[in-house]
Amino acid sequence: MEEENITSVNEKLTSFDGDKVFSAKDVSVSYGDFVAIKNVNMDITKNKITAFIGPSGCGKSTLIRTFNRMNDLILGAKVNGTITYQGVDLYDKIVDPVQVRRRIGMVFQKPNPFPKTIKENITYGLKVNNMTDNIDDRVEKALTQAALWDEVKDDLDKNALELSGGQQQRLCIARTIAVEPDTILMDEPCSALDPVATKKIEDLMQELVKEFSILIVTHNMQQASRSSDYCAFFTTKTSDDGKRRTGELVEFNETSVMFTTPDKELTEQYISGRFG
Amino acid sequence: MDLLTQLSKTSTKPFEKIVRVFITIAAFAAIFISVAIVFTLSTEAINFFQDPEVTLKEYFTATRWTPTFQNPVYGVIPLISSTLYIAFIACLISFPFGLFSAIYLSEFASRRTRKVIKPVLEVLAGVPTVVFGYFALNWITPNIVQRFIPGTEVFNAISAGIAVGIMIIPTIASISDDALNAVPNSLRFGSMALGATKRITSLKIMFPAALSGIIASFILGFSRAIGETMIVTIAGGQYPELNLDPRSAMYTITSSIVNVSLGDTPHGTTAYNALFALGITLFVMTFILNIFSDYIARKYRKEYE
Amino acid sequence: MSDLTINSGRKSEKALKESIFLFFLYFCVIVAIVTLMTLIYDVLSNGYNRLFGDYEIGLITKLQIDNPGDFLTTLDSRDPLKAGIGPAFAGTIWLMVIVVTATFPLGAGAAIYLQEFAPKNKLTRFLELNLTNLAGVPSVIYGLLGLAVFVRLAGFGRSVLSGGLTLTLLILPVVIVASREALKAVPDTIRQGAMALGATKFQAVFGQVVPSAIPGMVTGMVLGLSRAIGETAPLIFMGALTYVNYFPDNPLSGFTAIPIQVYNWISYPQAEWLNTSSAGIILLLGLLLSMNTLALFIRNRFEKDW
Repeated sequence: MEEENITSVNEKLTSFDGDKVFSAKDVSVSYGDFVAIKNVNMDITKNKITAFIGPSGCGKSTLIRTFNRMNDLILGAKVNGTITYQGVDLYDKIVDPVQVRRRIGMVFQKPNPFPKTIKENITYGLKVNNMTDNIDDRVEKALTQAALWDEVKDDLDKNALELSGGQQQRLCIARTIAVEPDTILMDEPCSALDPVATKKIEDLMQELVKEFSILIVTHNMQQASRSSDYCAFFTTKTSDDGKRRTGELVEFNETSVMFTTPDKELTEQYISGRFG
Repeated sequence: MDLLTQLSKTSTKPFEKIVRVFITIAAFAAIFISVAIVFTLSTEAINFFQDPEVTLKEYFTATRWTPTFQNPVYGVIPLISSTLYIAFIACLISFPFGLFSAIYLSEFASRRTRKVIKPVLEVLAGVPTVVFGYFALNWITPNIVQRFIPGTEVFNAISAGIAVGIMIIPTIASISDDALNAVPNSLRFGSMALGATKRITSLKIMFPAALSGIIASFILGFSRAIGETMIVTIAGGQYPELNLDPRSAMYTITSSIVNVSLGDTPHGTTAYNALFALGITLFVMTFILNIFSDYIARKYRKEYE
Repeated sequence: MSDLTINSGRKSEKALKESIFLFFLYFCVIVAIVTLMTLIYDVLSNGYNRLFGDYEIGLITKLQIDNPGDFLTTLDSRDPLKAGIGPAFAGTIWLMVIVVTATFPLGAGAAIYLQEFAPKNKLTRFLELNLTNLAGVPSVIYGLLGLAVFVRLAGFGRSVLSGGLTLTLLILPVVIVASREALKAVPDTIRQGAMALGATKFQAVFGQVVPSAIPGMVTGMVLGLSRAIGETAPLIFMGALTYVNYFPDNPLSGFTAIPIQVYNWISYPQAEWLNTSSAGIILLLGLLLSMNTLALFIRNRFEKDW
C-alpha cells in the first residue's frame, strides 16, 4: 500500500508543469466589512487533484466557491483580484455565472440530492443544459463513472433520499459529471460520510481525475495526503486588535513535498498536528 | 467560438420574463389591496360627511345611531361604546383562559398532551363566526346568562362578549405560547436549578420574560374582538342609543354596518356612504391596535435573538 | 426531628400551592375543550333529526323531505320543514372554485417572488409589513372593499364572482405567508445544488424549489380556503342575504352561501328554524373539518425529512 502511494506520487512529479486550468492573482473575498480570505496567488493544474487544507474558518470553502462563482449567491460577497479559467477572466463583466457553472461543477459538503428519483437527479442537469439527446445512455454513463450504476441500475425510479449517505454523495457526483464539465470542485465531500463511504469517494476521485481537474477542500489531512497531487495550506491571521480573523495562503506545493519537507514552519506544525 | 463568447451572457427567454413579471405583480397586489382599502373607505366617507344631512360634529357627538328613522341621526358614540364594551367582556374571558392555557401548554404539558390540545385549539380557531353567533344566541344566553343573571334580554352584550371571547382564546393562546417558547431554556433551567418550583418559575420568570409577546397577543385579541361581526350581529342586538347595561342589547360598529347594508342602500345614498364612514372608523381603530401589537412583538423578538 | 416536621409542613404547603396552580391551569384548558364539545353537541342534537331525518324521534316528526340527502339539493322554503340548503351549497361550491382559481396563482406567485427573488431592501420589508397588517384587517372591511371595487367599479354586480374575488383578497395574505413558509422549508443546498449544475436562478426555483414546496403550498391554500368558506360578513355586501332561491349558473349570477343561509335561518324567530339552521351548521362544520383533515393529510403524507 505504502509503496504504491510512493510510486504514484513519483509519477505525478513528472507532470508538475502541466497545463493551468485556473490562475488566481491577488484574490481576496469579503462579506461586507469582513475579509474572509486575502491575497491568494496560485495556479491550478489540469487533470490533477488539488487539495485545500487548513483549520476551520481559514476561508478555504469561501475560496473554492469563487472558482465557479457560487459566491455570487451569497448576499454582500465581493471578490477582488483576478481568477482566470483557461485564460478567461471569470469575473469579466460579460461572463455569465450560469455558463461558468455549466463547465465547472461542484459537489457539496452534505449530500444534497433533489427529492426526486435517482434518474431525475441526473436528467435535471441534462435538461437545463439542453443535453436531452440519448438521455438513458447519459444517465448510465454518469452513474457508471460515479461507481454507482451497479448499485442502483434496477431502481432508477427510487427516491434519491432513500439512498445511503455515501450513495447520495456519489449520485451528486454523477449528476455533476453528467453535464460534462471539465473541472469539479468538491467542498469537503466526505465530511458527512463514514470511513467506508469515504474510501469509495477517494477511489472514485482517482478515476475521475483522468478526465477532470479536481479541486477539493478537506479537513482530513490523511485524505489530502492520500489523494491529492497538489496541496494548498491556509491559515487564519488575527488582526492586531484581535477582532477580525482573515484567511491566508501559507504554502502551495506538491503534496509529496508538503507532507515530507514543507517550505514553511507553520505548515509543518499543522501537518504534524501541533496546531489547528 | 472562443471560450469567452461561450461563457458570456445569454438573453432571458420570453416565457421566463412573463413569469417574473407576473410574480412581481402578484407580490405587489398586497399593496394594491391596502391602497384600495384606504382609498375606497376614505372617498366614500368624505362623501358621507359632505352630505347636508350629516355633520362631522354630529357624527362624533350625537348619542344615537338611527339612519333609517324619519329624522335620521348619525352619532357614532353609542356604536363605539358598544364595540368597546363587548370587546372588553371578550377580553375578560379570553385573556385569562388564553394566557393560562398557553402557560399550561408551554411549561407543564407533556409532548403528547400538546399534540392533543393544539389541534383542539386549531379547530376552535377554525369554527366560523356565524356558528359562534348561533351558539351565543341559542345556548349561552338561555343556559348560562339568563339562568344566572336575572333580567337579561334575549339579545344582550354579555352573551355576545362571552362568545367573542371564546372565539379569540386560540389567538391569544397560540401567540402567548410562541412567546413563552421563545424564552431561552437557560432562564427556565436557571430558575429551577435554584430550587424554584414550576409554578414560581412560570409566574416569576417565564411570564415576565415573555411579557411583551403576551401583551402583543392581548392587543391583537382585542383588535379581533373589535372587528368581529357575525357574533355581535346575531347575539348582541341593535339598540341604537347609548347603553351601559350589559344585560340588554347593544349595537356595535360592525353590526350596524351589516344592518345598514341589509336595508336598501343604492350607491350615492347617505346610508351607503354611512357604511364607509363606519368602515373607516373601524379600520382606523383596528389598524392602530395591529401596528401597536406588531411593534411590541418585534421588540420582544429582538430581545432574544 | 422537629426540624424535619417543620420542613415537611412547609413542603406540603408548597406542594398544595403547586397543585392548586396546576389544577387552575387544567381548568382553563378544560373549559376551552368543553366549550368546543358543548358547541358541537348542541349543534348536533338540534340538527341531527333535521339532517338525517329520523321520522320517529326528536322534535321534528313531520319532515316533509323524503330523502335526508335532499337537504343538500332542495331549494330554500318559507316552511322550515321543507327548506333545503341547495342554492347555498351550490353557491359555496362556486365560491370555492373562484377563490382557488384566483388565490393559488396570486398567492404562490407572490410568495415565490418575496421568498426567492425579492431584493433585501426597504421596499420588500414594506411589502412584508403590509402583508402582516392586511391579515389583521376585519373581514367586514373586505366586504366594503369588495362592494366598492368589484360590485360597483368593475361592474360585476352583486354576483358570485364579486363574492369569490372579495374572499380572495381576504385570504390572500394568509396564503402568501403559508406559501412562503413552505418555500423557506426547502433547504438552501437544493438551490445551490441546482445552480451548481448550471441552472439559472429561475430554473432552480421553478425546477426544484417550487416542486418540493408544492405540498406545503397546497396545505396553506386549503386552510385559507376553509377560512374563506366559513366567512359570512363580507358576503352580506354581495347581496347574498336577499332571498336568493335559485342555483347560480354563471359567474355573474346572484348567489347565497352556506354561512349566509345559516345566518338567515338563525334570524327567524320560530323554534323549528333552530333545527334547520343547526342542520346547515353541521354541513358547514363537516365541510370545514374535512378540508382541514385534507390539509393535515397532505402535510403529513408529503412532508419531507430533509
